[in-house]
Amino acid sequence: MSKPTIIVVGNGMVGYKFCEKLVAKSSAFNIIVFGEEPRRAYDRVHLSEYFAGKSADDLSMSSASWYADHDIQLHLDDPIQEINRANKTIHSLKGVTLGYDYLVLATGSSAFVPDIPGIEKEGVFVYRTIEDLELIKAYAFNAKNGAVMGGGLLGLEAAKALIDLDIKQTHVIEFAPRLMPRQIDAAGSAMLQSKLSALGLNIHLNKSTARIAGDHKIEALQFNDDTLLAVDMLVISAGIRPRDELAKLAGLQVGTRGGIMVNERMQTSDDSIFSIGECALFDDMIYGLVAPGYEMAEVVVAQLIGTDKAFHSFDMSTKLKLIGVDVASFGDAFIAEPACRTIVFEDTHKGVYKRINISNDGKLLLGGILVGDADAYNMLLQTVNNKIALPPNPEDMILGLRGGEQSEGAGVMSLPDDALICSCEAVSKGTICGVVNDGATSLDTIKKCTKAGTGCGGCMPMVKDLLAGTMKANGQYIKNVVCEHFDYSRQELYDLVKINKLKNYDLVLDHFGKGDGCETCKPLVASILSSLWNDLIVKQDTIQDSNDRYLANIQKGGTYSVVPRIPGGEITPEKLITIGQVAQKYGLYTKITGGQRIDLFGAHVSDLPLIWEELIDAGFESGHAYGKALRTVKSCVGSTWCRFGLHDSVSFAIEIEERYKGLRSPHKLKGGVSGCIRECAEAQSKDFGIIATEKGWNLYICGNGGSKPQHAQLLAADIDSKTLIKYLDRFLMFYIKTADPLTRTATWLNKMEGGMSYLKNVIINDSLGIAEQLEEEMQLLVDSFHCEWKEVVNNPALRSRFTHFVNAPGEKDPTVKFEGMREQVKAVW
Amino acid sequence: METIIDIEWVLACYVDDVPENGGVCMKHGHEQIAIYNFSRRGEWYATQNLCPHKQQMSLSRGMIGSAGEACEPKVACPFHKKTFSLLSGECLSGDDYKIKTYPVKVTDGMVYVGVA
Ligand code: SRM
Ligand SMILES: Cc1cc2nc3c(=O)[nH]c(=O)nc-3n(C[C@H](O)[C@H](O)[C@H](O)COP(=O)(O)OP(=O)(O)OC[C@H]3O[C@@H](n4cnc5c(N)ncnc54)[C@H](O)[C@@H]3O)c2cc1C
Ligand code: SF4
Ligand code: FES
Repeated sequence: MSKPTIIVVGNGMVGYKFCEKLVAKSSAFNIIVFGEEPRRAYDRVHLSEYFAGKSADDLSMSSASWYADHDIQLHLDDPIQEINRANKTIHSLKGVTLGYDYLVLATGSSAFVPDIPGIEKEGVFVYRTIEDLELIKAYAFNAKNGAVMGGGLLGLEAAKALIDLDIKQTHVIEFAPRLMPRQIDAAGSAMLQSKLSALGLNIHLNKSTARIAGDHKIEALQFNDDTLLAVDMLVISAGIRPRDELAKLAGLQVGTRGGIMVNERMQTSDDSIFSIGECALFDDMIYGLVAPGYEMAEVVVAQLIGTDKAFHSFDMSTKLKLIGVDVASFGDAFIAEPACRTIVFEDTHKGVYKRINISNDGKLLLGGILVGDADAYNMLLQTVNNKIALPPNPEDMILGLRGGEQSEGAGVMSLPDDALICSCEAVSKGTICGVVNDGATSLDTIKKCTKAGTGCGGCMPMVKDLLAGTMKANGQYIKNVVCEHFDYSRQELYDLVKINKLKNYDLVLDHFGKGDGCETCKPLVASILSSLWNDLIVKQDTIQDSNDRYLANIQKGGTYSVVPRIPGGEITPEKLITIGQVAQKYGLYTKITGGQRIDLFGAHVSDLPLIWEELIDAGFESGHAYGKALRTVKSCVGSTWCRFGLHDSVSFAIEIEERYKGLRSPHKLKGGVSGCIRECAEAQSKDFGIIATEKGWNLYICGNGGSKPQHAQLLAADIDSKTLIKYLDRFLMFYIKTADPLTRTATWLNKMEGGMSYLKNVIINDSLGIAEQLEEEMQLLVDSFHCEWKEVVNNPALRSRFTHFVNAPGEKDPTVKFEGMREQVKAVW
Repeated sequence: METIIDIEWVLACYVDDVPENGGVCMKHGHEQIAIYNFSRRGEWYATQNLCPHKQQMSLSRGMIGSAGEACEPKVACPFHKKTFSLLSGECLSGDDYKIKTYPVKVTDGMVYVGVA
């Protein structure tokens, strides 16, 4: 007997999830999918990330071979046009006719486009598919003013996208008297509005649009109050319309305001036809979120495999992944006194609004709204959903415990086992703790075993707390260990390697580790070995991160960059010419970096030794741009030319860069020297910064730029050059010995007990009695410096490693491609 | 019943062309195959060179190691550190990718990769 055939109409998020859930449970069906869009189902929830550089492939819900791997027939770009219920057949646009035993309608919804005169004009868009976003992106290129019609959840997301597309003036037009009318109240909306205005959005409330003006393309919006707003483009986000046209044509029952009517088993009025996702109307309601859609898919799978499961109304709590402003609403957000009591916290200075609604007896949390700070969202939602008794002072839930901290982990652990942690994939606390009890010790494993966190990702902080909490409860010591192969922290391992004088990775693993190592502990041990012995890193090339292994940074497409050292940013005309000639010869893209030197991009791996050979001949050395090592010491021009300069900052920067060049450390190191307090070298944003004073130099330490900028702090004032270098030796060596892996100096200091005053004591007053030792250790490293590239260039065996194909050493990777841009090249990938 | 598939053994390189506990890339027609010398365990593996995450030709330049109690051999892509089992080709970082694996045979100091 042949398998029964299920045809799925619609390959969107829910249609895909249905297939995934069905094949996981049963192989008794022949599954055929029809999708109208040209590509495989993708993550619409994170659609806006398409503008932030995610490709269609990144957003895809499955790999290209997934459907074939599971014997699912996939017809893309071919919408179903007709259902013949009497014969149980469907008919597609491209002329395919097939019979079905069951039909699943997962046709989703489309953007609701109001019937306004002029709506068909050029420059008016909706925001639903990748194709919509491509059109918007192309049009935005020439637009200065843009508007979004609709100030709801999606509209604000679209508005943020317009800002990111460099639209100078972005407007949001909302018909209602407040923003996100379905999620937040008037006070929350006011707070949100002031935050959004600060981000550069122009918000217009109480506005209804009468007409779209313009010749053939949009030029302005005309409102009912006769005002006019000039715009070059408009994105409509005025709600969704369920795609029920196919169902209607087939005579299935649909709602008066649209939507395919289903019962709690997701059956339509024809019991061999199911409907799920945003097209399904259950209990007079369309669920415009993905989690309820997934639950509906689960319900249908249950019917098909002969178990029973029913759909019940679904929690519509949401947290926005907006715009840099947290917004969340949960439970019954709008219930008001006298049906409940509300607690409101408002801080107009920081732009925070929080409201919780509690039962009149003060025992239960009913719902609430968070604007500006939604950190408490997950815990509050759990408290509502699981009917957890409120603490005696419920305001603590939004204000935090004032005085005395409570760890969030404890809160999560107190939830009941059936508390739903990941609503996208319906994973409970019990399931997550279960896999941890069965031995899972990492988030990756939990994700893999339970799928928790693979949807919107919003539950990840709770999953993390559950992991830590469960391990702790099991008496598993959560120590700050390197990875599964070493039960030591970096600092412990550093000391062990040093005391036992171990010089290679395998020995370290044999002595102190287990298993065969991994991409975490290998580079970490490599860094410890070079901080201790300063041996040539290419001698143990396969334990290095790719960048260290090839002594160059790997680029998109697989080529590498070349960064010669230019100490202090000073360079002779001759050397500049050499760089130019080398770049020309090997077809490299050149750019001045933010570190006052020149980066040459796009080198084939086999060209690297040839390029460096020419650079070394001209007197250059490796710039260590690839290593966790000293990068640059920036300088300003200083007293030699500048009328304000107090000392020669360039010479001092060069001296310091030469001293510490190649120094391997837990993270990269950067320095700067400015000739006066005007600080043109931005020294205070570096791991160490030096500023000339009338009497000597000020030394600042532990600053950085990057994602969490922090200014360096003063360690010593008005010191001479010799003292300064002594302090720097001590500081850097102390950091190298004690910091966790991949921790910049600023973070290291932030975590240090006693902070700056402790560090000052160690470095200046030698409170640990190790100052001399630190200086000696540093001198050893300084004395053993070698240019890694020079060693490679002069060593045929090492050189031969720089090939792409082992069996065709001359040949370059044919998949590497470039295209032209402003008279240079850029990678195509 | 066992199925017998015809394997064609292609000579890739000499044993000492491949760094210890590291990989190289072999050209086979239009295919690129990564070969790993897991010398710590005395084992050899081969997979496709293309990383399915961002379609980079990179796996031969990745670090190898092991995962879990069972010491599953794996490779980490140098680009974003997605890891793949060298035995099954499955992605071990929780994503739904799978890479192709090939058998490897070493005789007389020469490395052969089996292509079906
Ligand atoms: C080339 C350059 C950008 C440019 O065109 O100007 C650059 C390029 C990269 N930076 Fe940077 N950074 C460059 C200056 C900076 C600066 C500015 C500076 O040094 O004054 C900063 C902020 C200052 C700071 O570090 O405190 C900077 C903060 C980062 C960070 C964030 C560090 C942090 O602690 O948050 C990373 C990520 C990391 O290291 O983990 C990063 C990582 C990177 C990497 C290595 C990313 C990667 O792994 O591929 C880029 C490598 C490009 C390549 O292939 O060569 N880059 N990067 C600059 C090279 C400077 C040089 O001559 O060596
Ligand atoms: C920008 C944006 C942000 C969002 N953010 C969130 C969020 O943060 N949280 C959240 O929960 N939800 C969010 N959503 C909503 C979420 O994306 C939807 O709930 C989800 O995609 C619904 O899945 P679906 O499969 O029902 O519909 P869809 O994903 O729309 O899929 C339906 C598919 O069926 C196809 N189709 C229609 N008719 C036919 C036919 N006759 N034949 C063949 N194929 C057909 C359509 O072309 C479409 O590909 C967001 C949506 C958008 C657009
Ligand atoms: S900021 Fe640095 S890491 Fe980010 S894209 Fe620019 S160069 Fe690369
Ligand atoms: S390209 Fe391999 S992990 Fe991203």
